[in-house]
Amino acid sequence: MLKRLLFPIALALSTQVLANPFEATLGNGLRVIVKEDNRAPTVVHMVWYRVGSVDEVDGRSGLAHMLEHMMFKGTPGVGPGQFNQRVAAAGGRDNAFTNRDYTAYFQQVPKEQLAEMMQLEADRMRHLSVDPKEFAPELKVVMEERRLRTDDDPQAKLFEQMNAVAWQTHPYRRPVIGWMDDLENMTAADAKAWYDQWYVPNNAYLVVVGDVEHDAVFRLAEKHYGPLARRELPARRDIVEPQQQGVRRLVVKAPAELPLLAMGYKAPVLRDVERDHDPYALEMLGAILDGYDAARFGKRLVREQQVAVQASAGYEATGRGPGMFHLIGSPAPGKSVADLENAFRAEIARVVTEGVSETEMTRARAQILASQIYKLDSMFGQAMEIGSIEAAGLSWRDTDRIVARVQRVTAVDVQAVAKKIFRDDTLTVGVLEPQPLDNPLRRPSAPTRH
Amino acid sequence: MQRLLIVLLACCLTVTARAGVDIQHWKTTNGMRVHFVASPALPILDVQIDFAAGSMFDPPGKSGVAALTRGVLDLGAGELDENALADRLADLGAVLAGGADTDRASLSLRTLSTPDKRGPALDLLKKILASPRFDAAIFTRERARTLAELKEAMTRPDALAARAFWSALYPDHPYGQQATPDSLAAITLADVKAFHVRHYGAGGATLTLVGPLGRDEAVELAERLAASLPATVPPVLPAQPQQGSRTLLSLRHPAAQAHLHLGLPAVERGHPDYFPLLVGNYTLGGGGFVSRLMQEIREKRGFAYDVYSHLSPLRQAGPFQISLQTQRTQAFEALKVVRSVLDGFLREGPSEAELVAAKAHLVGAFPLRLDSNQKLLEQAATINFYGLPPDYLETYRQQLTAVTADQVKQAFVRRIRPEALVTVMVAAE
Repeated sequence: MLKRLLFPIALALSTQVLANPFEATLGNGLRVIVKEDNRAPTVVHMVWYRVGSVDEVDGRSGLAHMLEHMMFKGTPGVGPGQFNQRVAAAGGRDNAFTNRDYTAYFQQVPKEQLAEMMQLEADRMRHLSVDPKEFAPELKVVMEERRLRTDDDPQAKLFEQMNAVAWQTHPYRRPVIGWMDDLENMTAADAKAWYDQWYVPNNAYLVVVGDVEHDAVFRLAEKHYGPLARRELPARRDIVEPQQQGVRRLVVKAPAELPLLAMGYKAPVLRDVERDHDPYALEMLGAILDGYDAARFGKRLVREQQVAVQASAGYEATGRGPGMFHLIGSPAPGKSVADLENAFRAEIARVVTEGVSETEMTRARAQILASQIYKLDSMFGQAMEIGSIEAAGLSWRDTDRIVARVQRVTAVDVQAVAKKIFRDDTLTVGVLEPQPLDNPLRRPSAPTRH
Repeated sequence: MQRLLIVLLACCLTVTARAGVDIQHWKTTNGMRVHFVASPALPILDVQIDFAAGSMFDPPGKSGVAALTRGVLDLGAGELDENALADRLADLGAVLAGGADTDRASLSLRTLSTPDKRGPALDLLKKILASPRFDAAIFTRERARTLAELKEAMTRPDALAARAFWSALYPDHPYGQQATPDSLAAITLADVKAFHVRHYGAGGATLTLVGPLGRDEAVELAERLAASLPATVPPVLPAQPQQGSRTLLSLRHPAAQAHLHLGLPAVERGHPDYFPLLVGNYTLGGGGFVSRLMQEIREKRGFAYDVYSHLSPLRQAGPFQISLQTQRTQAFEALKVVRSVLDGFLREGPSEAELVAAKAHLVGAFPLRLDSNQKLLEQAATINFYGLPPDYLETYRQQLTAVTADQVKQAFVRRIRPEALVTVMVAAE
């Protein structure tokens, strides 16, 4: 199976694709990773900083994300709003995203515009203004973002609470967007201190994917980013979450119709690509439970038993902090959250006692191999893959090895890892308890016309 | 995220800086229109079939039939039940996708293009086109799931706002009809089967291919797929929607933020006003941070995380809309600012500098809209389904460049009439 699929595909891909990517490190410690893809005359330029909400402390949650917003508010050379204007004028799109492990900025532009993008990013890597007059309205914007994405989203609220319960000492317990009270007390000085501490070339890396030539990109990077001075970073301690001993349960009430059940088991993540085994087996387990519509959860829980409207499994094998394997679902009408929890537990028990079939393993491998080809269609997706694996402390060089190791996982490995991680002692169960909208003051009314 | 990704203008195409995108086109012997873009670099084949089978064709009192028909369509075909069909696709690493909107229902297949994968994957697609099973038990289950999801959506402020907005824009047109718990309960398997017979034939359907095929291979593939569809007559369209009178609807909800939509039925696919509207909308609220709405609402006042104006050209006049979410207590203040920005734009049109910036961006960003097979497929399928000229990509840049400030102003005055503007607010205090 493996041979049959790989052989014609390897032939079909140009040698250029297979030689990719390329990497260089500037004298100031900035790493530059380039993947050449000349299918269209465009390029993705990304700057990733190794700083995220995981680096925040109590009372200062949301700072990494707030600084991301301030990065568009000007330097002495590029005024507030001008960054966006110049990208737009160049026919480009830009944005940024903050996560637990990293903060990243990107532009997608016609390839001729790469030099200007580098000039803009290099400028704000060291020369951001953080003007209090710009900070005040932007903080309000972030509070609106929190209302939109968390406060008014029952599912997001449930996961925010689950993280706060599952993790007691690890910083993953704090939401990336920040607690509202922390936002209300955040100052421009906090943002400036954060910037000064973390925004240096030796805490960043560039990812460039597109119709470029790698040596030319290295030269451009040297020209624009090379002059920025490196600076020592504060020591960072990896915080070890104390061993959980016993199931934790929580309930979140919010206006909704359908309940939501989320079961999170603490799970290992990939630290050593050669020595680790469990993360690869967990990837396969995820595919077998929920890799396509008729995988175990879809087939048995949604279609046959009809105990769930939807049921999914989620696991991320990489990250700076600890990991979790999630089972998430909504009970079907007439079924309870308890029914669904029992059904999830029965599926887990089936894997633990009976294992998984060779047919399922072969199918999951075929899907993973095909997805390796499909992902080459998106330049942005390729840049994201490189950026994410680097953010987790691994290298883009590990990617092929990881895929190969996932392919070599056996049915016995999957059963063994299930036996190991699905234990109540490390389980956190979150339930969204729907609240009716029938309070007469708060109910959605028949439209009133003004 | 610093901001939401700019809402993609549904039909923003121009010519490549390079060679341009060559859409080859022909008709199958049973009359289905085919668009094909040769894309040799990756061993991936994308196939999409679009049917004139959107919710605008829902029978009266049975809103939801179109979506349910598409939902059940690929759950079992021929001798394969839903699980066997999904298993076969998964074994090949093939991915089936699609859905139904107001105008069309789509079925798309992404597969590896090597003959040992694409042959069997296309056979499965043919089977779905020729002999979907529409099993009764599956229909009943999917209707129940759809009902549960609808009831859930009807507790959410964003969904309530969107529903109220479309209803208010199109009170007398099918675009305003949406599934309700009652309409879903009234739908029978016979309704779904009848809808399928009427709307899933070759008439009005279009086939779009992107991948590493030669022209001959593409022609043969298209013939084989089309042959599995019966000849049908394209459905008759309802009368064009009309703009109504100025309305403000307010719905109560306990959310922290109010959801606001302002808009009206504005423009259909292929209408000459589309280009001036597109260029003008960039300045008004389509251009992200450089737009007037974003400047006034977010940058100056911190009222919202995102605010935009957007055109959705459809088969018949689709909406122009301005949307934002803001803390519930400042909803009316934000509404005042939105109206003043819109009124100002309708009065003055874009400045010369704004017009130049809009065109520079829209023309310059063109290659970004076509830099993957997935994007090529979406663009070529849209051109195909709506019967836009196959050289649309070649002439698009000229169309954009030719737009004048006066044309923008005139098109806005003609189409975005304040006296017909519908405003919907949910959770405003």
